Amino acid sequence: MKHTISILVENHPGVLSRVSGLFSRRGFNIDSLAVGITDDPTVSRITIVVNGNEYTVEQVEKQLNKLIDVIKLKTLESASAISRELILVKISANASERADIMSITKLMGAKICDITRNTMMIEFSDTTENIETMLELVRPYGIIEVVRTGTIAAQKGNDSITTKK
Amino acid sequence: MNNNTTESKSNTKNEAKKSSGGKISVAQAMIKCLEAENITTIFGYPGAAICPFYDYLTDSKIKHILVRHEQSAGHAASGFARATGKPAVCVATSGPGATNLITSLATAYMDSIPVVAITGQVSTEILGSDAFQEADITGAVEPFIKHSFLVKEPKDIAKIFKMAFYIAGSGRPGPVLIDVPFDVQKAMINFEYPQDIDIRSYKPSTKGHPMQIKRIISAIAEAKKPLICTGGGVILCNAKRELREFARITNIPVVSTMMGIGTMPSDSPLYYGMIGMHGNKAANTAVKECDLLIIVGARVADRAIPSPKAVEKTAKIIHIDIDPAEIGKNMQADIPVVGDAKIILTQLLEKVETGDHSEWIKSINDVKASIKPDTEAREGTVNPKEFIKLLSNAMPDNSIVVADVGQNQIWSANNYQIKNGKFMTTGGMGTMGYSLAAAMGAKAALPDTPVVAICGDGSFQMQFMELATMVGNGIPVKMVVMVNNRLGMVHELQKNLYKSNYSGVFLDGSPDFSVLASAYSIPARRITSLSQAKSAIDEMIASETAFLLECIVDSDESSL
Repeated sequence: MKHTISILVENHPGVLSRVSGLFSRRGFNIDSLAVGITDDPTVSRITIVVNGNEYTVEQVEKQLNKLIDVIKLKTLESASAISRELILVKISANASERADIMSITKLMGAKICDITRNTMMIEFSDTTENIETMLELVRPYGIIEVVRTGTIAAQKGNDSITTKK
Repeated sequence: MNNNTTESKSNTKNEAKKSSGGKISVAQAMIKCLEAENITTIFGYPGAAICPFYDYLTDSKIKHILVRHEQSAGHAASGFARATGKPAVCVATSGPGATNLITSLATAYMDSIPVVAITGQVSTEILGSDAFQEADITGAVEPFIKHSFLVKEPKDIAKIFKMAFYIAGSGRPGPVLIDVPFDVQKAMINFEYPQDIDIRSYKPSTKGHPMQIKRIISAIAEAKKPLICTGGGVILCNAKRELREFARITNIPVVSTMMGIGTMPSDSPLYYGMIGMHGNKAANTAVKECDLLIIVGARVADRAIPSPKAVEKTAKIIHIDIDPAEIGKNMQADIPVVGDAKIILTQLLEKVETGDHSEWIKSINDVKASIKPDTEAREGTVNPKEFIKLLSNAMPDNSIVVADVGQNQIWSANNYQIKNGKFMTTGGMGTMGYSLAAAMGAKAALPDTPVVAICGDGSFQMQFMELATMVGNGIPVKMVVMVNNRLGMVHELQKNLYKSNYSGVFLDGSPDFSVLASAYSIPARRITSLSQAKSAIDEMIASETAFLLECIVDSDESSL
């Protein structure tokens, strides 16, 4: 079972290696990891998708909390959170295929961000499932390369994870 | 790890002093930080990258003890910290100096000992270029350290020291490393040591939740066969008195993990000794048969409770620990309580009532009575178990005994009759070569307390370079070396589990330890029978200097 954990950490060097090192050391499997600065420049937010049972997730939470740099963390319920990945996919596309590909992108709510005589690059941000669908739809044209970020997620409504009091 | 690139004193310190304008160097600030933390003694080994720090050390009252290997600096700091209950300091240079510290830091980490390690690092402008004696020490120690700092901003030094000492000594204690590049040590700063520290991401909880305290009280009231399992955490938070009182009032029998030895006096009628793989039958039976297990400051490690799932089935589990990550890690707790054992026991003492568990106690006593102690005399050798008992009878009540790793550790753990002193050993990591340096650290901390180290001929040869440190600094540690010319614990394992296929366990080529001691001007005595033990022990205790007592033990001696 996949769990999404949001972690607020001190924004200084070495923190990411402490967090990722902990996962490999304790034998936890990371599906994806995304990190970026928050509106407070001293704080970064890491989103980790981890695969495991409840015991594993509890252990992950507790071990992460022991890291001095970890300010706060929360495992997000999938039903009450919005999660997104960003993907850049480059496909072979000649003039005769362009219209079809454009209709797929339009249908999926994606964007063409680069185009040449024989390639197209699609930019798409959505849930993991929709990204998979998108990849399946464009696969027949010939995928040249795929670049994908880790999942980021935030709670719906008034709930938030911040350092603000 | 010296080399000859150190700059002369007149070039560095005086120039710095001249042009200071109220500012001081980071190196000098580091010394001032240690003084502000009331550090009186540090254990270290200099080298080029830590020389600015050493340059100012001579201006301070802080005593530096030059060990003979950086690993011993870490172990000695560990012994010092365990003796005083406060963070202690070890110092090494960059590269190999720092990497030599790693085993001692990992050892301190596993046993939750507050050690602050200071290492020199190559200058920031060449950091990451594989410079001479460069090692990424903060990266290397990451898996076995509570926290580490690589100081890049000179002005941060005081805050970092304050944080390091606070983190090392608070919550679940542990080692912290501060890596200071050469150029940072030489930078000039305005120095002020912070009074308080607030780390937003580090707030260890101390008080037990009142609701959980209530639940413990009623669980005790309902239990027919309650049992307390005390661990190293009780000693770390200085809750020995509270635990003894708790056991006395409730009449609940007590067993101990190896790290918890010393919590209860060995002669207490409520105490049944050590549990686990090398524990005794009465203590292990008690764990198996209890219906309520109250674990205090212990982490239910595999050597202590090999089958936690079985215990979960037969007993209700109360787990008290300051580290929430230890609760539920190896054993599911019915009543988890996060906090400082001293505070929680005090909370409990306000509410507990006298209990009567005489029937339950009688049943454990029956098991205890069925254990036949191995008192047999052995021709031409010393029965080590009987020897340890004699030793503990002769040592003053407040003595510190430091056991190394191997059979000597098990003989000591099970047979040393502890009263009000301390038992120190590396329970988690099982690091051979711990005892001499740790004993030295403890003795340096408490010069008036008798300190004895017990090791084997294997572990002795991993650390005997420290005899020079003891002699050179006048630290009179008493040493017992159990000699059987083999790695006894592995030998025993191979005998029992590998059909006596002895592989790599014979210590051929070992020196005559008494002659070796005399090369360091340390008096020594060798005994080959228990009848010689009493006078030899008396001679050792009476000795004003360090002393080495060599006990020849049988090669087929078992741990238990």
